[in-house]
Amino acid sequence: MRSYLARQLVQLVVVVFGISLLAFGILHVLGDPVLLLLPQNAGIQEFERYRHLLGLDRPLYVQYWKFVSGAVRGDFGKSWYADTPAFKLVLERMPPTIYLTLAGLLVALLISLPLGILAALKRHSWIDTLCTGLAVAGQATPLFWLGIMLIIVFAVRLKLLPASGYGTWQNFLLPAFCLGATLAPITMRLVRSGVIEVMNMEFIKTARAKGLAEPAVVVKHAFRNACIPVITVLGLQFGQLLGGAIITETVFAWPGVATLTVESIRNQDFPVVQCAVILLALLIVGVNLIVDLIVGLIDPRIRART
Amino acid sequence: MSAQTEVELAELGPSRAGAPRAGLATRLRRLRWGLAACAVLLLVVASAIFAPQISPHDPLSVNIRHRLAPPAWMEGGAARHLLGTDQVGRDLLSRIIYGGRVSLVVGAGAVLIAATIGVLLGLGAGYFGGRTDWTIMTLINVMLTFPFVLLALAVIAVLGPSLPNMILVLGVAGWPIYARVIRAETMAIREREFVLAGRALGMSHARIVFRQIAPNLVSVIVVIATLQVAQVIIFESFLSFLGLGIQPPTPAWGNMLGEGRVYMLNSWWIATFPGLAIFLTTLVINLMGNALRDWLDPHLKL
Repeated sequence: MRSYLARQLVQLVVVVFGISLLAFGILHVLGDPVLLLLPQNAGIQEFERYRHLLGLDRPLYVQYWKFVSGAVRGDFGKSWYADTPAFKLVLERMPPTIYLTLAGLLVALLISLPLGILAALKRHSWIDTLCTGLAVAGQATPLFWLGIMLIIVFAVRLKLLPASGYGTWQNFLLPAFCLGATLAPITMRLVRSGVIEVMNMEFIKTARAKGLAEPAVVVKHAFRNACIPVITVLGLQFGQLLGGAIITETVFAWPGVATLTVESIRNQDFPVVQCAVILLALLIVGVNLIVDLIVGLIDPRIRART
Repeated sequence: MSAQTEVELAELGPSRAGAPRAGLATRLRRLRWGLAACAVLLLVVASAIFAPQISPHDPLSVNIRHRLAPPAWMEGGAARHLLGTDQVGRDLLSRIIYGGRVSLVVGAGAVLIAATIGVLLGLGAGYFGGRTDWTIMTLINVMLTFPFVLLALAVIAVLGPSLPNMILVLGVAGWPIYARVIRAETMAIREREFVLAGRALGMSHARIVFRQIAPNLVSVIVVIATLQVAQVIIFESFLSFLGLGIQPPTPAWGNMLGEGRVYMLNSWWIATFPGLAIFLTTLVINLMGNALRDWLDPHLKL
């Protein structure tokens, strides 16, 4: 277990380094911050003065070091738009995003677990066909369009739920369903194939042979083992889930990191964009690490493999 | 987007080998869906290509007097605007037909870039192994950690929104899935006898990789690429929806949806129909990709 942990940590460090390079590179190599900061008609002297002021005339590795050493201390610079530290701005918006993500995950599990197990047990029946059909249709539905359709039906026509806002449980229903519904198809397919694979295994035959009732076989033996691939992929999917949360937020005007990021992009407020990108990426890396560790604890085969 | 394609591919592998082979009837039935999807896709492509010939109106011609006209079958709708008009009286149907051009061009262009980068890196990592493999795998891990949407947003923010930039961003962000799958396949093929024979004959690395290994991977690449086109179309429309993609007045499904959102209180059709177009297109592409995957089983064909 210890060497497994060590390998995971080494990989974590490398990935975090890569992310910092990427976030730094996007702004400093692809674009020129001063060009984005100053009005187009500013003179050359003005550009040079700002470049010197911001330390942009120094070599890239010096700038990168300054960026990283600041970032480690939570200093991503001040927002160019609002006169507050970028780190504080982003951190304030973090909880809504995390709550939305968790709510979406819950909805996805509520939809996909029962349907996936049912489809696997009644393989090739009409239920299976229906579930597969739903999954195919679900994967083709753009999340943001689904959100708008939900708003039109439930908020505008039926006036049952609020179209946007944050604070009460009613506010959670539409965004969480929207996000969960897009994660559900892939999770359902995984649960289905996981259960099918496990149901063919020897220990299931043993359980049946010793006279266990079918529900006990499914719940106690099949489901537990089918959980491992599901947990692993849900962990890996966390990044996609967060990406989905970003899209959901923009549709429902959810006051999370994503709406802040999109606003900041429109305002060309790069310290905030950079900070948001790095913090979200760190969150994903952290979750992936935890999932890896959990799976490693549950399933000794995985520890040995990597 | 990558994890999704991967699961679809993974579903194929071991479970299919273990399960009894599907009968001819089921195979044909699956193929029938794929063929139907293919026909619909051809229709979409044709309508995009021949947009100037078949669209009933100019997609950019503004007519304030007929603004926000509902679809023809609704009360107040007119036959000359089958799907109604938008907030400045442009014909929705014509705009949707023209909007298909953007989606298909971005989808094809981005996938071409992603496949090229991904296949080259995957071949390199799988064939050479060792330090090359480690570096490329780390790069893949970094890319997969970044949510695709976030990466695309950040890059577009710096480069500015335009059609070529969008193709570039979606292409450069989409390669890891190819690299990962191709790497694993290459590692397996590398150990096969014909590669050893090629090496014994003194073939160069390049010749072994491109003439011996790569041809075995064509069907895998085709399947991933097909499924990825659908994903790219969805992401393109999202960026345009946010106003960070194709800029109005150029019609694109995404920016039509974004504009329609403002009017959804009374004129639901502006946001609904472009979304349906995205849904239909991605649905048929996915169905076709699934059919291709079932049909082009890499270890049977080629």
